[in-house]
Amino acid sequence: MNKKTAHELNNLLVNKKISSVELTKAVLDRIDKTEGKVQAYVTVTREDALKQAKAADSRISELPDTRIPLLTGIPIAIKDNMCTKGVLTTCSSKILANYIPPYNATVVEKIKAAGAVIVGKANMDEFAMGSSTENSGLHPTYNPWDLERVPGGSSGGSAAAVAANECILATGSDTGGSIRQPASFCGVVGFKPTYGRVSRYGLIAFASSLDQIGPLTKDVTDTAILMNVLVGYDPKDSTSVNQPVPDYQKALIDNVKNLKIGYIKELLGQGIDQEVKASIEQAMKKLEELGAKLIEVSMPSFEHAVATYYLIAPAEASSNLARYDGVKFGHRSKEAKDLLTMYYNTRREGFGAEVKRRIMLGTYALSAGYYDAYYLKALKVRTLIKQDFDRAFMKYDVLLSPTAPSIAFKFGEKTADPLAMYISDIATIPINLAGLPAISLPCGFSKKAPIGLQIIGRAFDEETVLRAAFTYEQNTDWHKQIPEL
Amino acid sequence: MSYETVIGLETHAQLATESKMFCGCPTKFGAKPNTNICPVCTGQPGVLPVTNKKAIELAIKTAIALNCKIEPQSVFARKNYFYPDLPKGYQVSQYELPLATNGHLEIEVGGNIRKIGIIRVHLEEDAGKSIHQGAGRILGSASSLIDYNRTGTPLIEIVSEPDIRSPKEAAVFMQALANLLQYIGVCDAKMEEGSLRCDANLSVRERGSSEFGVRTELKNMNSFKAVEKALLFEEKRHTEVLADGGKISQETRFFDDTTNTTHGMRGKEEAHDYRYFPEPDLVPVAPDKKWVEAIRSALGELPEERKNRFIANHRLSSNDAFLLISQRATADFFEECVILLNKPKIIANWILGDLQAYLNARNLTIKQANFSPVQLVELIQLIDKGTISGKIAKTVLIKVLETGNSVKDVIAESGMTQMSDEGTLVKIVQSVLAANPKQVEQYKAGKTTIIAFLVGQVMKETKGRANPGLANKILKQELDT
Ligand SMILES: [Zn+2]
Repeated sequence: MNKKTAHELNNLLVNKKISSVELTKAVLDRIDKTEGKVQAYVTVTREDALKQAKAADSRISELPDTRIPLLTGIPIAIKDNMCTKGVLTTCSSKILANYIPPYNATVVEKIKAAGAVIVGKANMDEFAMGSSTENSGLHPTYNPWDLERVPGGSSGGSAAAVAANECILATGSDTGGSIRQPASFCGVVGFKPTYGRVSRYGLIAFASSLDQIGPLTKDVTDTAILMNVLVGYDPKDSTSVNQPVPDYQKALIDNVKNLKIGYIKELLGQGIDQEVKASIEQAMKKLEELGAKLIEVSMPSFEHAVATYYLIAPAEASSNLARYDGVKFGHRSKEAKDLLTMYYNTRREGFGAEVKRRIMLGTYALSAGYYDAYYLKALKVRTLIKQDFDRAFMKYDVLLSPTAPSIAFKFGEKTADPLAMYISDIATIPINLAGLPAISLPCGFSKKAPIGLQIIGRAFDEETVLRAAFTYEQNTDWHKQIPEL
Repeated sequence: MSYETVIGLETHAQLATESKMFCGCPTKFGAKPNTNICPVCTGQPGVLPVTNKKAIELAIKTAIALNCKIEPQSVFARKNYFYPDLPKGYQVSQYELPLATNGHLEIEVGGNIRKIGIIRVHLEEDAGKSIHQGAGRILGSASSLIDYNRTGTPLIEIVSEPDIRSPKEAAVFMQALANLLQYIGVCDAKMEEGSLRCDANLSVRERGSSEFGVRTELKNMNSFKAVEKALLFEEKRHTEVLADGGKISQETRFFDDTTNTTHGMRGKEEAHDYRYFPEPDLVPVAPDKKWVEAIRSALGELPEERKNRFIANHRLSSNDAFLLISQRATADFFEECVILLNKPKIIANWILGDLQAYLNARNLTIKQANFSPVQLVELIQLIDKGTISGKIAKTVLIKVLETGNSVKDVIAESGMTQMSDEGTLVKIVQSVLAANPKQVEQYKAGKTTIIAFLVGQVMKETKGRANPGLANKILKQELDT
C-alpha cells in the first residue's frame, strides 16, 4: 500500500479499509528494506510516527468523513532543512549534526495540523547547496532507479524517498531547482510555488530571496493536495504574500485546449542531451494533440542566469550562514583556544567544501570595492530575466522546457568540476530568479533513468501550471512507473 | 594661529516599545540574563524577523520632532560582522536608505540659539551584552558570558551634521536631544543607563578654513558631562598636535572617565568591511502618508512650535521661552500658571529663577517637587495685594518647597505677612527716629535722600515685614511735622 498515492490512500483510510498505523508500518518496513541501498533519510522518527498514526486513526474514527483532512494519516518525509521541534534538524551539515530546534517551521505546523504522519527527515546537499546530494555532510543518497546515479539535489533525499516508496509524499525546498531537478532525476512530481506563496519561517535559509518550499509527490493530484496544506500568508514571514489562496485541487482539469504554451528555445538547443530533447519534443507533441498551442519563445537573458545566481545566492548565503559560529548551538570546535580560533576551527570543521566555496564567493561579491561590480550588477541582470518572463507571459499562458539538461548523472561525474555541476541547473535557476511557479513531472526515460518536463507559470498562477501538468499526466503513463529496488 | 573645532554626533536611543524590534520578546531592563529571549532574537536556524510597527511609529515621531523628511521608502540592510553577542552574525540596520533625512534641532548656548543639522534618523536593532570574566574585554578574559536579553531591542540612530563648534555645544545638544526624546515619549534618554548613547567625531581646523581636519571618533561616554570632557580633552590634544606641526591620525578613541582622557586602541585597528546588503527577509518600510500625518497630529505641539507660541502670545524673550520648553513638565507648569493668572513674564521669572534654582540644587524635576501652579500663582497674588513683599515671597517659596505646606500656612506660621497697620508702624518709626538723631538732622538740613536709610532701618526693625510704601509715608509725616 505504500506504493499508492495520498489521494488513493485517503480513500482507503476514510473507508476504514486500512488504518494509518498499518500504512505507517508498511512505510517503515519499506524503509527497513530499502534504506540500506537508498539512504534517503538523515533521521527516521519511527516512534513519533506511530504515535502520530494512532492519533490520525482516532481522528478518522471521530470525525465525519467529509471533515477528515485529506492528508490525515498519510506518511510524509520532511527535508532536513525545515525545523521540527524536538527532532534533530541537521541541514545535512556537520555543523548542525546535534541541532534540535526549539520550534516548528510554519510548514511543519501546517502538516501536523493537517494530520499527516511525519516519518523522518530527508537527506539533502549540505545547506541545500548542490545538485546531487553528494554534498551532504552526513552521507550520500542513491537514485532508486539506478543506484550508481545521483538522485539530484538538493532535495535528493525527499525525491528518492518518494520514488522508493519510503514515504507517500515529501517536502522539499527550491533555491535554484532543488525540488524540480531531483524530481526529474527520480521520476516524481516536484513543484516550486511562487516566491511568497509558502512561509519560509523555520526553513533554514540558504538564499533568502530565492528559497521556496514545495511538494515532491507521486502525481500531480498529490501535489495539489499538499500545496493546499503548505500555502498561505504567514505573519511570521514578512516576504510571504497576503493573497487569497485558491483550492488547487479545483485546478486539476484535464483540458489544455487553446492553452498557449511557449517552449524555450535556449533550453532545447546546445548542451541538452539528445534523449532528453527527444522526450521533451514528444511531450510537446502530446500536448499539441490535446489541443494546446505550442510556440517557440526566446529568452535571451537566460545565458546570464547561472552567473547571476552564483553571485546572489552565495552573497545571501555568506550572511545567512554567519550564525554558525560555535557560540549558541551546533558544533563548537574542541580545539578552540580563544574567540578567533573558535570561529576558524568551528567553521573549518563544520562546513563542507561546497559550503565553504559559496561562503567565500558570497563574501567576495559583497566586499567593499566589488559590491557594485558583482552583487549590484547581478541584481540588475535579475531584473532583466524577470522582464524576459514578463514579455513571454504577455503572449503565453505557460512556458515549457526540460527540467534538467540530462538524466541523473553518475556519482563523482561532476564533483571535480563545480562549474559543470552549476550548469546542470541552467533550466531551473531562471525561474527562481524571477520568483515564478514551476513544476517538474515525468515525461520519459533514457537508460532506464527518468526525464523531467518543466512547466513554468505566471507569478501566483499555480493553477494553470497544475492544469497543464495534470492534463499531460492524465494522458500519459510515465508517473505510474516504479523503480525496481 | 586660531583654530576652530568641528564636531558631529551619532546618537543611539533605545525606543520605548514594549517588545523587541523583530520579535515579541519584552524589552524590560534588568531581567535575569537570557530570560527575555526566543528563537528569533537568538538567531536560531530558520527564523525570520517581523518588524515591530510601534518601533517604526516611534522613529517617525522622532523624525518629525527633528524636522526631518520622512522618506517614502526605507530599506533594512544587514551589517555583517562576527561577535558572540551578535547572534545572527549580522545586525539589521538601515543603511543606504534611512527612514528620515535632512532635519535640525535648535539649541541654546550662552544666550544664542544655534540650529544643528540632522543628516538622518534610522532604525536598527541592538546587540546583546557580553560579560567578561577576568579582563575588561574578550581578549585575555578567562571566560565570557553573553546575555541576549538586550538583543533585538529597537534603536534609532540620529546623526548630526558636523555643525557643532565646541564641546559645550555638544553637551547642550545631547541634553536638548534627550529632553526632546523624553518630551515626545519615545525614549527615557538616560545616558547613565545606556538608553541613550553617543559617539562623537571631532576635528580641528584653522579658523576660516572651509576644509575639515582629520577627525577622530570618540566612544564610551556615559553621561552628558563625559561627552563634554572627552571632547574637551580631544580638542586640546588636536590643537596641540596641530600647533606643533604634527598630524592627527584618523582613529577610534575611548574615553576613560577616571582620568578624563581618551586613548586609541592598542595595536593596529582592524579595518572593518561590513559587507552591507539589503536584508532579503524584510520588505522595505513604506509608511502610509495618512499614518505619518496621524502620527504628526497625535504628536501635538512640538517644543519648537511651543517656544514660538510662548514668544508670540506671552511676549517672552526667546531665551526664556527656550528655557521653559526644554522640559515638557516645566512648560506645562508655566501654561497652567498663565491660565490662572495672566502675568506670563512674572510667572516665567519665578519659574526660571528661584524655583528652577531650588530644583537644580536638589536635582529634582518640577514634577518631583511638591509644588503646584496654584501655589505659585497664590504667592504672586499675595505680592500684588501687598500682603507680603517680593523679598519675603522668595523665602516663603523655599519654605513651601521644603515643607510641602500651603503658602498661607507658611506665611501665617512665620508671621511673615506685611505690616500695614499704621498705628504699629508709627511707633516703630518714632523709635527709629529717636535712635538716629544724626540722620534726622541731615534730613532737616535738606538732605532728603537720607530717608532711604531710615526706611531701611524700619525694615530691619520689622524683619522686612513693614510695607515699604507705608513706612516711607509715615517717616515723611513724622520728619516733616
Ligand atoms: Zn525574541
